Amino acid sequence: MAKNDVKVLGAWPSPYVMRPRIALNIKSVNYEFLEEKFDSKSELLLQSNPVHKKVPVLIHDDKPICESMIIVEYIDEVWTSGPSILPSDPYDRAIHRFWAAYVDEKWFAAMKGLRSAQGEERKAFLDRVIEGLALLEEAFGKCSKGKAFFGGDRIGLLDIAFGSFLAWLKVTEKVNGVKLLDEAKTPGLVKWAERFCADAAVKSVMPETEKLLEFSKFLAAKMKGAPPPKN
Amino acid sequence: MANEVVLLDFWPSMFGMRVRIALAEKGIKYEYKEEDLKNKSPLLLEMNPINKKIPVLIHNGKPVCESLIIVQYIDEVWNDKSPLLPSEPYQRAQARFWADFVDKKVYGASRKVWSTTGEEEEAGKKEFFEILKTLEVELGDKPYFGGETFGYVDLSFITFYSWFHAYEVLGNINIEAECPKIIAWAKRCLQKESVAKTLPDQKKVYEFVAQMRKRFVSE
Repeated sequence: MAKNDVKVLGAWPSPYVMRPRIALNIKSVNYEFLEEKFDSKSELLLQSNPVHKKVPVLIHDDKPICESMIIVEYIDEVWTSGPSILPSDPYDRAIHRFWAAYVDEKWFAAMKGLRSAQGEERKAFLDRVIEGLALLEEAFGKCSKGKAFFGGDRIGLLDIAFGSFLAWLKVTEKVNGVKLLDEAKTPGLVKWAERFCADAAVKSVMPETEKLLEFSKFLAAKMKGAPPPKN
Repeated sequence: MANEVVLLDFWPSMFGMRVRIALAEKGIKYEYKEEDLKNKSPLLLEMNPINKKIPVLIHNGKPVCESLIIVQYIDEVWNDKSPLLPSEPYQRAQARFWADFVDKKVYGASRKVWSTTGEEEEAGKKEFFEILKTLEVELGDKPYFGGETFGYVDLSFITFYSWFHAYEVLGNINIEAECPKIIAWAKRCLQKESVAKTLPDQKKVYEFVAQMRKRFVSE
């Protein structure tokens, strides 16, 4: 068994998969990316994550770790010679974890709702997404304290948690013909998003908007083609 | 600066109980403030404007929200005694995974058991037992989820035990018959002072849940 053998099971469109990859890049850790095929789950995935059967999974020296944010914290705790991802102060850590949970549980839930909603429902989801961004703009001001990232001078936990959704955010803007990140309403986040996407740790794993847009159309067509749900 | 700790909570909340157990494990003195969730205090709305939920820990005036985030914060600040999370990174990741599993799965399924009827309730019961059995497998032959000592995963799940009597009566189920290891584990946890003193009386919880059920089910 090789020492420090690191694999990531994932899929290129997934924002959750991006998170451990960004973290490993920050730590300059070499890893093998094992791409799952769309619509099928490999034996390795089912063995490594029998409970949820989902990507991402980090396999470190044959030991699986599951759930994207748990993986990021694990990476931060194992590879201590690289730059820190979590803040050192316990209160700041709690704040990063709180907003990361908010992004996953509340904000992205509204983004997903937007994808399949129609009419009035769609407007309601859109309002929720925009309200969420206003809250995140405020959080950015407080966390960054005038610096480049939520984590300060360098990318931190919350940058990874929220930044991993930027490609899908851009796709949503195009598909819905709306501006979600706006120089007038969320100036801090607009500049932060540019910096985040340009960062060396992020660039190589953030999908291009056009490619993701094509994938999103493919997904939408698949959903329409699916038989109607039984009632 | 003196360590001023306030907890905004609601007595039957299994999420609030997690924080109370953590504070007891660490021997931390704090002020407990009971919230009326139908009439939330200005303090709660100020301290948790995003979710407006309990529990909220206020440490030297600064709020920490979300029960498992609060427990991790307590473990990191009061790190001189009774560690709740393991010290080794892989064990920590496993502990976080299972506590997250409890969060994602147990509440939702258990809610179907006490607040629904008919097919939905039957499906809820099936789901609830599947989840408990998954946890039983993870527990295995260990005395605690944490191994030899009570830890983070035990803390995240034991608080639901105070609602088991309510689930059994309202859902007409027998948890010990289906998941004896879980009940044995729960009784082991209750031998700890921090748990025994925190978990409210099961009958009191049942009365509370039975009242809540009326809002969802007309019988």
